[in-house]
Amino acid sequence: MTPDQEFLTDSDINRAVVRIAHEILERNRGADNLVLLGIPRRGVPLAKRIAAAMSGIEGREVPAGALDVGMYRDDLRLRPTVALHPTVIPGGDITGKTVVLVDDVLFSGRTTRAAMDALSGAGRPRAVQLAVLVDRGHRDLPIRADYVGKNLPTSRDDDVQVTLTETDGTDAVRLVRAGGN
Amino acid sequence: MRHLLSTQDVTQSEALAILDTARELAQVADRPVKKLPTLRGRTVVNLFFEDSTRTRISFEAAAKRLSADVINFSAKGSSLSKGESLKDTALTLQAMGADAVVIRHQASGAAHRLANSDWIHGAVINAGDGTHEHPTQALLDAYTMRDHLRDGQGSLEGLNVVIVGDVLHSRVARSNVWLLDTLGADVTLVAPPTLLPVGVGQWPCRISYDLDAAIPEADAVMMLRVQNERMNASYFPSARSIAALRAWTPHGWRAARPRDRHAPRTHESWDGDHCRCGRRRPVGHRRAGDQRRQRAHGRALPAAGEATTGKR
Repeated sequence: MTPDQEFLTDSDINRAVVRIAHEILERNRGADNLVLLGIPRRGVPLAKRIAAAMSGIEGREVPAGALDVGMYRDDLRLRPTVALHPTVIPGGDITGKTVVLVDDVLFSGRTTRAAMDALSGAGRPRAVQLAVLVDRGHRDLPIRADYVGKNLPTSRDDDVQVTLTETDGTDAVRLVRAGGN
Repeated sequence: MRHLLSTQDVTQSEALAILDTARELAQVADRPVKKLPTLRGRTVVNLFFEDSTRTRISFEAAAKRLSADVINFSAKGSSLSKGESLKDTALTLQAMGADAVVIRHQASGAAHRLANSDWIHGAVINAGDGTHEHPTQALLDAYTMRDHLRDGQGSLEGLNVVIVGDVLHSRVARSNVWLLDTLGADVTLVAPPTLLPVGVGQWPCRISYDLDAAIPEADAVMMLRVQNERMNASYFPSARSIAALRAWTPHGWRAARPRDRHAPRTHESWDGDHCRCGRRRPVGHRRAGDQRRQRAHGRALPAAGEATTGKR
């Protein structure tokens, strides 16, 4: 019966984005050969924000794109049809690059698995890393994130709602408890 | 949406979702791996009772790119000649576990019969039934117009589309009228009264008998060939009389406003020599008709072209 809880405010999200940008640069020793690919919908603006923060730190452009995973999901038969989003690969090729996948929430890990399949259709990256704004646990697959904005303990039935200015008008992460409202 | 039988069943949001999906899937052809795993483990049967090149190959390529297993059936060389019926064939497919059936048949309503009978449980896609409907061609035509005239975005609101030719025998024209209307375009059919079907007044479009008057208003013109092979009576006195509708030829096409010359021409427009005799090849003319169509075309239309050339 807990009402919505705002777990991250806009300034929290900003700080998380900047920290992830630093962590990516630290781990990869700079931005050489790095490409950020956001998973639609909300991974795309997040990837752009992280890339912009990295560009600010490094003083040069860090490429960010989008990778639609709709056709690679293993649960297509269980869900209603969803619209496809554009896939934008900066420079047209990811072969030999280090790709950082960016998504808003890491939950079952199935989206990430689909994204890795989609990546193999687009080329052969040197390495793939994963950055998420929120890790809410309950993985179905052996997948973990390399960069996490916030670990959020949830129950499986809770609903984590991420809103971003670019897609929804405001920046916030809310947790709607199961059975609430 | 379980089946795709007619463009009349398609709502605007469904049509736009299909066009948007097609736009994204078109990009797959540019990737190093031109395949998506979406339909892995599914079986698609292409059931072609009528000859087809483009449609069958397109469906086969589409299914393969989505990783489905494809089984092609064509009437020639099958057990149809031994007296097997559509039902027999359908029951065989059901036993094989077909998840989707793409059907082209010379009888109007064949796809509907297959979808609404208990013979088969898979999804049915109509790839042309008699003179009734050809919804996937209409979707492709709408995609082409949207791509050229609307930058691939939004509906076709306010677009003027002229469909000229043998509307009576054209399943593509029927499908196009309903779909273009759903997408917000204004459609004008131009044909001699004998080549318009009964009840055409009920369709969501305007009718005109004067192509020269209709063309200046058009954003896109669709030319339908004369389907000689379906004609069992005289629908017009001679090919020469059809040629009298001057703009049925590329020369007449040039009479259109400069803007219109860049309008996409889709589907079975003029093949080969006819197009080359125009000064410029219109944007969007890319597909030649299948062989049988070219033959039928070759009989009926050179006369029309020559007649007009002679007059000039």
